[in-house]
Amino acid sequence: MHDPAGMDVLDLSRWQFGITTVYHFLFVPLTIGLSILVAGLQTAWHRTRKPEYLRLTKFFGKLFLINFAMGVVTGIVQEFQFGMNWSDYSRFVGDVFGAPLAMEGLMAFFLESTFIGLWIFGWDRLSPRLHLATIWIAAIGTNLSAYFILAANSWMQHPVGYRINNGRAELTDIWAVLTNSTTLVTFPHVIFGAFIAAGAFVLGVSAWFLLRKRDVDMFRISARMAMVVSLVAAIGVSLSGHWQAQIMTEQQPMKMAAAEALWEDETSAGFSLFAIGDVENGRNHVNLQIPYGLSLLSTNTLDGKVEGINDIQARYEALYGPGDYRPVVGLAYWSFRLMIGFGMLSALAALVGLWLTRRGRLPASRWPYRLAIVGIGLPFLANTLGWIFTEMGRQPWTVFGLMRTAAAVSPGVDVTSVAITLVGFTLVYAVLAFIEVRLMLKFIRIGPQEEQEPDSAVPALSY
Amino acid sequence: MELTTVWFVLIAVLWTGYFVLEGFDFGVGILLPFLGRDEADRRTIVRSIGPVWDGNEVWLLVAGGATFAAFPEWYATLFSGFYLPLFLILLALIMRGVALEYRNKSDSTKGWDRAFFWGSLGPALLWGVAFTNIVRGVPLDADHEYTGTLFTLLNPVALLGGVATLLLFTQHGAVFLALRTTGDLRARAVRAARLLAPVTILVGLAFLLVVRSGAVSWAALALAVAGLAGTLVATLIGRDGWAFTASAVAIVAVTATLFTSLWPNVMPALDPANSLTVINAASSPYTLTVMTWVAAIFTPLVLIYQGWTYWIFRRRLTGAF
Ligand code: HDD
Ligand code: HEM
Ligand code: HEM
Repeated sequence: MHDPAGMDVLDLSRWQFGITTVYHFLFVPLTIGLSILVAGLQTAWHRTRKPEYLRLTKFFGKLFLINFAMGVVTGIVQEFQFGMNWSDYSRFVGDVFGAPLAMEGLMAFFLESTFIGLWIFGWDRLSPRLHLATIWIAAIGTNLSAYFILAANSWMQHPVGYRINNGRAELTDIWAVLTNSTTLVTFPHVIFGAFIAAGAFVLGVSAWFLLRKRDVDMFRISARMAMVVSLVAAIGVSLSGHWQAQIMTEQQPMKMAAAEALWEDETSAGFSLFAIGDVENGRNHVNLQIPYGLSLLSTNTLDGKVEGINDIQARYEALYGPGDYRPVVGLAYWSFRLMIGFGMLSALAALVGLWLTRRGRLPASRWPYRLAIVGIGLPFLANTLGWIFTEMGRQPWTVFGLMRTAAAVSPGVDVTSVAITLVGFTLVYAVLAFIEVRLMLKFIRIGPQEEQEPDSAVPALSY
Repeated sequence: MELTTVWFVLIAVLWTGYFVLEGFDFGVGILLPFLGRDEADRRTIVRSIGPVWDGNEVWLLVAGGATFAAFPEWYATLFSGFYLPLFLILLALIMRGVALEYRNKSDSTKGWDRAFFWGSLGPALLWGVAFTNIVRGVPLDADHEYTGTLFTLLNPVALLGGVATLLLFTQHGAVFLALRTTGDLRARAVRAARLLAPVTILVGLAFLLVVRSGAVSWAALALAVAGLAGTLVATLIGRDGWAFTASAVAIVAVTATLFTSLWPNVMPALDPANSLTVINAASSPYTLTVMTWVAAIFTPLVLIYQGWTYWIFRRRLTGAF
């Protein structure tokens, strides 16, 4: 397994999983958040019959569909990658991990894909009430899919409800897997993160129109709605993140220590803001801290004890045998910080924006609008960095405490094949990104259309 | 019945659903350049599967997920072994999906139509190649790892299987379009179905005779032939609904032939000692029990709401929408 060729397959497989999954997750948060926001807009139209709500529903609905399509096609790759590149992993965990994955397909993907089709083509075929139901059902399917896949992922972070038998993990308790404490905190965190992303997106697009003085009244509504969503979601993401940090400190102390560049066990530990570390010698050159911050974040007390990297390393060597149990500390440290930083910056923007647009006002200066447009990227960065932190911080484990990443890779797949698929997927994904962004921009430029009542013969959202 | 048997059957059902439903999606994509004379035609053709193709594709995703949950060894060996063909299938499905969703949102449809065509043709061919290899057996070592190469998979019989599924799905798409359209377009679809039927029957029969094994598969094979003949007859007398039904029966029966020939293996090895069977590839009884409950509750539900979708969109497309 440790010959040079084997190492190459492992490295390439890791790159491939990282690239394809990060890419998939660029579209996922927007799908999750926007599906609910579009359903909300359509509900508002259904209740009030104000034409602005219908126009917003269709406009953002179209952008939602452009994004959704990318989520779907990149998701297909995800479903098969475990078998392709990680066959020994699949053999080891399939008994446990396959269950939530299959449930996701059967309970969530069918729901989401079927009802999205009904929604797109059903404007003139379904009663308004039934048509409204289809977008809600699709949105529920989307959020349900997130739950199951996060349950699967949480099991890798914190295996529960299994026993080891015949050299593989066997399921003993499905409820333990579905109600894993890790899942219960990860799910709200990811969903709130998705709502920040959807909020920033709707805000940025609305700002683009406000800047050009197009449909000002209507986009003022959507901008304010988006900022409220972002702000509420930011509170949710902070609370759930705090809760997550506590669970992580208990379940994967090494990840927390790496996230904080905390080398030795400490009580009353500070929350590090900026550090320059010395990984070789296991210490920091520079470390700027908020006093007591880390103890508070991870134990809810000012003088709680937080374990440090060097101490955990020694403990793990005693527990699991010789080896390096440290993830890439710099990466864990910065991805954790920047996740929080970018996300909170986005929330701050929403707060300021709400103030600037209070009681019918709209800022005269062009800068707030431009910043809102650029700010679309922030939560996407935060979400991506959050996952990079979660997944890279778990290394060297694929399943924490049970299976190392090096043991998970497909033994029968050769370097050339992985190289071909890595390059192939990356190129195709790059082209697709280009196409999708152009299409988004095109439909934003076209802007919302005048709408008749959808009972007329023209299905406006059709192909 | 043993739970492992239940799951073998369930996975066969999922693949059957996938081939019956996505089969006509593929056929529609393959026929697009041949039947779509102008942009209005082409739009109608694409529109005929617009609301349903994504739901149809999920049958594949669930077949994959169910294999992972119920037969992890099968999932691992199959997808790491058939690595490059699966890569091609994934690329094709990506291209096809994007083409379907972006075609009518773009200024130029030409590139998308090409992507739709190739993205449909590729999997229609490759699934046949893959299943022929699964049923006939491939080189596996004692750890159930595939030891052949890409070219091991591209043997003549497998290519025959690929052509067979390609023809089968194309014909299925033709009768589907005949059922869903009117006027000239429908006439052209009927003509395509008539032209394809004799070749499809010949190649399909040859393929099934080569790959089948075990007594039960004879019954499935007979049904497949009856379905194909029924498709031809119904097409000739202009009964679109019956033609489509017969074609669907043919695909069900072809899939059944493959799976009854496979049983009790899930992936036979050239050296039988290394074969993956429903027993040695299976998950624990507990996992299978849990998943049986889930499948028993949710599969009927899916069938109901997907069936309802087809009912909602049952009206023929006239081209003037
Ligand atoms: C937290 C949410 C989340 C995460 C972590 C993942 N996904 Fe995903 N996935 C979704 C949330 C989602 C979604 C929001 O439900 C999508 C995005 C767009 C869409 O259509 O559904 C989706 C689509 C999607 C599809 C296409 C479904 C369809 O055709 O409708 C598949 C097969 C997968 N995903 C599989 C995976 C796998 C195997 C993952 C693990 C590596 C994964 N996803 C990570
Ligand atoms: C969508 C959000 C996700 C992102 C952005 C993400 C990102 C990553 C990254 C960057 C890696 C590479 C880590 C490394 O090798 O150093 C990785 C590995 C992996 N992740 Fe995730 N991941 C996500 C979700 C998931 C989910 C939901 C699962 C399982 C259900 C999962 C399973 C895996 C597996 C099996 C590996 C490969 C083995 C390993 O390197 O540990 N990931 N992921
Ligand atoms: C106060 C703010 C935040 C805190 C304390 C926090 C905390 C955490 C922690 C501890 C994890 C790792 C969980 C694990 O590996 O077990 C995590 C992951 C993650 N974070 Fe945050 N976070 C915050 C803000 C944000 C923001 C603003 C976003 C996005 C907009 C975000 C998105 C994510 C994502 C997508 C993950 C990966 C999935 C997961 O494990 O939940 N986080 N966060």
